[in-house]
Amino acid sequence: MNVILPLLVVLPLLGAGLSMAAWRSVRIQQVLGVAVLTVCVALSALVTFEVATDGPFAVAMGGWQAPMGIVLVADLLSAMLLTVSLVTVLGVFVYAIGQPRADKGAYYFHALYLVLAAGVSAAFLTGDLFNLFVAFEIMLSASYVLITLGGRGEQVRSGMTYIVINLLASTLLVTTVGLIYAATGSINMADVAVRFADVPDGMQMALGALLLVTFGIKAAIFPLFFWLPDAYPTAPVAVTAVFAGLLTKIGVYAIIRTQTLLFPDGGGATLVLVAAALTMIVGVLGAIAQDDMKRILSFHIISQIGYMLFGLGLYTVSGIAAAVFFIIHQIPVKTVLFLVNGLVETVTGTAALHRLGGLLRRSPFIAAMFLLGALSLAGIPPLSGFFGKVALVQAGFESEAWVITGISIAVSVLTLFSMTKIWAGVFWGEPYEAPPLRSARGTGPLRAPALMNTATIALVAVTVAVAIFAQPLWELSVEASEQLLNAEANYIDVVLGR
Amino acid sequence: MILVLALVVGVLFTGGTYLLLQRTLTRTILGLVLYGHAVNVLLLLAGGRAGAPPLVDGTNAPIADPLAQAMALTAIVITFGIGAFLLALAYRSWTLTGDDTAEDDVEDRRIAQYASDQYEEEMTRLAELKDLEELNDAEVAAFADRADGVEAAEPTEAAEAAVSADQRRDAGDPT
Repeated sequence: MNVILPLLVVLPLLGAGLSMAAWRSVRIQQVLGVAVLTVCVALSALVTFEVATDGPFAVAMGGWQAPMGIVLVADLLSAMLLTVSLVTVLGVFVYAIGQPRADKGAYYFHALYLVLAAGVSAAFLTGDLFNLFVAFEIMLSASYVLITLGGRGEQVRSGMTYIVINLLASTLLVTTVGLIYAATGSINMADVAVRFADVPDGMQMALGALLLVTFGIKAAIFPLFFWLPDAYPTAPVAVTAVFAGLLTKIGVYAIIRTQTLLFPDGGGATLVLVAAALTMIVGVLGAIAQDDMKRILSFHIISQIGYMLFGLGLYTVSGIAAAVFFIIHQIPVKTVLFLVNGLVETVTGTAALHRLGGLLRRSPFIAAMFLLGALSLAGIPPLSGFFGKVALVQAGFESEAWVITGISIAVSVLTLFSMTKIWAGVFWGEPYEAPPLRSARGTGPLRAPALMNTATIALVAVTVAVAIFAQPLWELSVEASEQLLNAEANYIDVVLGR
Repeated sequence: MILVLALVVGVLFTGGTYLLLQRTLTRTILGLVLYGHAVNVLLLLAGGRAGAPPLVDGTNAPIADPLAQAMALTAIVITFGIGAFLLALAYRSWTLTGDDTAEDDVEDRRIAQYASDQYEEEMTRLAELKDLEELNDAEVAAFADRADGVEAAEPTEAAEAAVSADQRRDAGDPT
């Protein structure tokens, strides 16, 4: 068991190295990538199974025990999120292989993508604040290159914004880690949590707020979200899809992890709730104003982040459980929507609503895939988003948080409205202007490459599976939430080996 | 010494913030580099008083905290790598646009333009509607007068104009 956690980080890195070595043959890189990611998915599923049956466990790197050494920890939260993330990563990788025009620089795409996967694994598994920073950096360095892949003018412009803002957040994170080290004398998260009680109240507040701001930038919460809808739409489709599904959720994961560990009695809960409400509202209103499919979806990422924070801000078992379930639902759904956007772009050459129309008749498959994703996002039963939102709303009522629960329901309706906008613009009616691709003019059927379709179907199947297995997943989420709220008896004991 | 270093951190953060807020890309990057330096000094400060060796050989001599130094080293490497990438990107931006300033987001501008266009359109439409309504009211009044057979009530000028305009249109008169 002890080997698996490091393997989840090392295997993708190794795969990345081998991919670089095999730069002449894209085919070898593709096979290698699929193989490595498949193994990682299997390993993470194994870890989840192990944690679900035997409880959380930690591995000390190089035999140096915590708090001195570096530890990798798997509890239910990190294991579940890691599994669903890696499944999504694998799905998008297959999709990227199926894309017709290989982007310029395709020979290093695969290596970078695997580095990104390694960063994702490391971020979920690390038990150490500084290594959390390093994991973010691994993931982000890969993302910096991926988001500017191709080097077109608009990519350079938005990539610059993305890199500067993320680098700023990373700098803030190191600053915070330095301050936490100065205040507590440790950077092992479990150890910091134990010693944090001795830190003066004002300092606790300051450090907690710094962590919230740092991860808030990465998770794109209000008012730190502005970089996201600017940066994501210009990247290559597969890259946007995996970013949309994963990166912000890892920020949310970091918020959940640090807030529950450092403030077991719910210190900053009100602040989190206010941020959650504003994030939901601003995100969805931004989405309604847009004309480009990618941009609408990008604003929805922000809006949905608000829901996750809403669950955390309640600080009850059912609230955090709902947040965990919502993240699990959200990762594949968001990715599916961006993949569908990619399909639309592949067959027509544009994602601008005013240039699209009538795809329902010409490509019913794409329409069906979008419909499943969009209805799930809006929370229509019996799809996965419904269960996530019902859980959140119930938790909100239990805590008697009427205002924010009301807001979350209203935002849901607006979400449905903006999905309708995409539906009416892309799938119904006729295009106002001719789409840019010559092959897309006329009224004949439009078909995307088979491998892209397959990957999309597979991820839609994952979202449907989340809905079908909602009951066991919900039970696991509750357990994960109990582990988080009793960190003393779970996470901290396991890491410090007490 | 610690106070001096703390001041240095403060000055570096201040300078970094100033540069970061500039619109020129190279200055932004230099601002981030200053931030990197500030953080490294801060990490060293977090390790406590300087002066002792980081590793000693089994004796009880005081040692400096090696962890803070290791963290600073890692942070330096990361800042260095990403700084190089940013410079390359700024160069790319310069070759593409011939300019070193951060550009506006075209789609944002388009949406804003669209919104203001919509507003103006709506305003003109409302103004037209208002004119029409006034005409309609006059027409209705005129019609009601005629239907009642009240001859004494003379149609107002506006109604007359509207009615005659209607008649012209019905007759297919191009004016």
